[in-house]
Amino acid sequence: MISPNPNAAPLIELADVRKTYLLGEVELPVLKGVSLEIRDGEMIALMGASGSGKSTLMNLLGCLDRPTSGRYVLDGEDVAGMSRDRLARIRGQKIGFVFQNFNLLARTTAVDNVLMPLEYSTSRPSDTVARARAVELLTRVGLEDRLDHEPGKMSGGQQQRVAIARSLINQPRLLLADEPTGNLDSKTSKEILELFKRLNAEEGITILLVTHDPNVGAAAHRRIVMRDGLIADDGAGHVHVLDEE
Amino acid sequence: MLQFVETTRVALRSLRRNVLRSALTTLGIVIGVSAVITMIEIGQGSARAIRETIARMGANNLLIQSGAASSGGITLGGGSGNTLLVSDLEALEVECAEYIAEVAPIVRARTQVVYGNKNWVPFYLYGTSPAYPDVRQWPLEEGSFFTEQDVRNSVPVCVLGQTLVRELFPDSSPVGQDVRINNQPFRVIGTLEGKGADMVGFDQDDTLLAPWTTVKYKVAGESLQETNQSVALPIDTASQVNSLNERYPGLHLPLYPVPSTSQTANYPQANRLETVDRIALRVGDGVDMATAKKEMSEVLRRKHRLRDNEPNDFNIRDMTEQSAAMGSSSAQMGSLLLAVALISLVVGGVGIMNIMLVTVTERTREIGLRMAVGARPRDILRQFLIEAVILCLLGAALGVVLGRGGSAFMNYWKQWPVESSTWAVVASVSSSVLVGIIFGYYPAWKASRLDPIQALRYE
Repeated sequence: MISPNPNAAPLIELADVRKTYLLGEVELPVLKGVSLEIRDGEMIALMGASGSGKSTLMNLLGCLDRPTSGRYVLDGEDVAGMSRDRLARIRGQKIGFVFQNFNLLARTTAVDNVLMPLEYSTSRPSDTVARARAVELLTRVGLEDRLDHEPGKMSGGQQQRVAIARSLINQPRLLLADEPTGNLDSKTSKEILELFKRLNAEEGITILLVTHDPNVGAAAHRRIVMRDGLIADDGAGHVHVLDEE
Repeated sequence: MLQFVETTRVALRSLRRNVLRSALTTLGIVIGVSAVITMIEIGQGSARAIRETIARMGANNLLIQSGAASSGGITLGGGSGNTLLVSDLEALEVECAEYIAEVAPIVRARTQVVYGNKNWVPFYLYGTSPAYPDVRQWPLEEGSFFTEQDVRNSVPVCVLGQTLVRELFPDSSPVGQDVRINNQPFRVIGTLEGKGADMVGFDQDDTLLAPWTTVKYKVAGESLQETNQSVALPIDTASQVNSLNERYPGLHLPLYPVPSTSQTANYPQANRLETVDRIALRVGDGVDMATAKKEMSEVLRRKHRLRDNEPNDFNIRDMTEQSAAMGSSSAQMGSLLLAVALISLVVGGVGIMNIMLVTVTERTREIGLRMAVGARPRDILRQFLIEAVILCLLGAALGVVLGRGGSAFMNYWKQWPVESSTWAVVASVSSSVLVGIIFGYYPAWKASRLDPIQALRYE
């Protein structure tokens, strides 16, 4: 798999990132030294069995958590040592999230759901501009006729589209999707994957899909496989030799 | 500010998502605020009613009485001094204008009033001026009151209190009839409304009012000396019969040459004619009684040319003690009720905290999501805090309406006196905001401390 722009500057740079959880007295290493480079505009699938550390890695990449040690440079900024408040700002500005269970606000219209992240944005546009942008995003994901529908009245696929539109409202550099098709049937999954592909191809948004699903993996340009807290295959030619059981 | 508006909007939106629960949550505040407002409005209304009752009973009246005449170490009792003059009243009217709402002279007499075959001795037979009904806040029931002109001309007219009406005119209206007082015919031109007993139990309706000049010159001239125990004996007569005078000379030096016994006998009206027995006055609203009394006393001392070491030859009495006692008991009751109402506000606050904690738990995923899309802990804190405060504010608004309605209802249903109070609205609304902040803080803080990863994974 070839990334669309091999010469682009790395958007993400992880160097020997470790994450260790403390369970009482016992230290539980989850990431044991992950080094990774992701370029701007790539579409990547992060795969691995459960317990391999891919969720933890995604949380770190999404600035929801801080590594125990190591360096994480996102878009030129070292975020490893940032405070919770600064991390929240980074999340708001640079990262969009798409979740397996959509996480839409109940009893709130699609447009309002899409607008929600702007409540915490530092550069909030005026109401009319924001609304126009939300409508445009919903149109782009194919929901132009569902603007004022509430999540309860939409199918899973439609809800996930709303969630994708929401993740794009702050014009992020990186879109993190955690099992985005996990709760969808195969036909809808395909449509959602197509949508991701289109966004990646047309907008050049860097997309990281965390998934079990080989079909999802196949849609990505590059697959990163994790095993036991390490990267087994970073999809860019660096294959780590691991002890096979 | 913009952020605050935005947060408020978000809070309103999330409250609207669960209207029933929001309403139930804030029910405590609604009840608390409406209780506070109803209590205060009814409390103030009854306080005002008590104040008015006290005023009707004469609590804002001052009574200036001439001092005791004393002769040879024997005082003749309060009011026997004949030291108050009509000019004193006029001086007070001018010099203490800011304290005085109304002022009227009183000349007392005690004698029989006859109508047909009935007779009665009124307890209060007062000669006074047309200002008297205003001083006592005592409206007429029927007819009219006499005028300044009647006073100037000593016209024999009178106004009867209800007791006299009952005693002398049990079957017919007295207005237009003639009664005889001290063998003088007096035309009854009006009757006073019933007033009942005063604070110590004297029947205030047992009153006959006439122009003070008429009473002084046509009634009291003789009857006072015959029937009224507390009226002055001529000083020189007293000194004649009392040898103690030489041992204990009175403080007052006689102003004029003391007339001889034969002179006194020849001119029985040796007393200065322009004296009055009492001056009744009503102080203006909001006037401090003590200051008013002090000022008036100074004016009178100056007019009476009293030396610094001489005691007052008059005394000024008021009823502040009674009114203060009654006022304070109603104020105590009011603050007690207010305390109960405030307790219910606090209970309402506990309800808010309880439900906010539930809300935070229930919306853990939402909080995680909001954090993921860029909300800082302090944003979450502010959002939940404002939500709690808005709940309280909405509850308070509803409470204000209900409280107003409650007091209006009590007014309508039981005719309880109420008085609308802006202060009560401001106080209860701001204390419910305070309750919102205090009891909303902990749940909001808890929400802000959530870990976004775990919050997102929360089921």
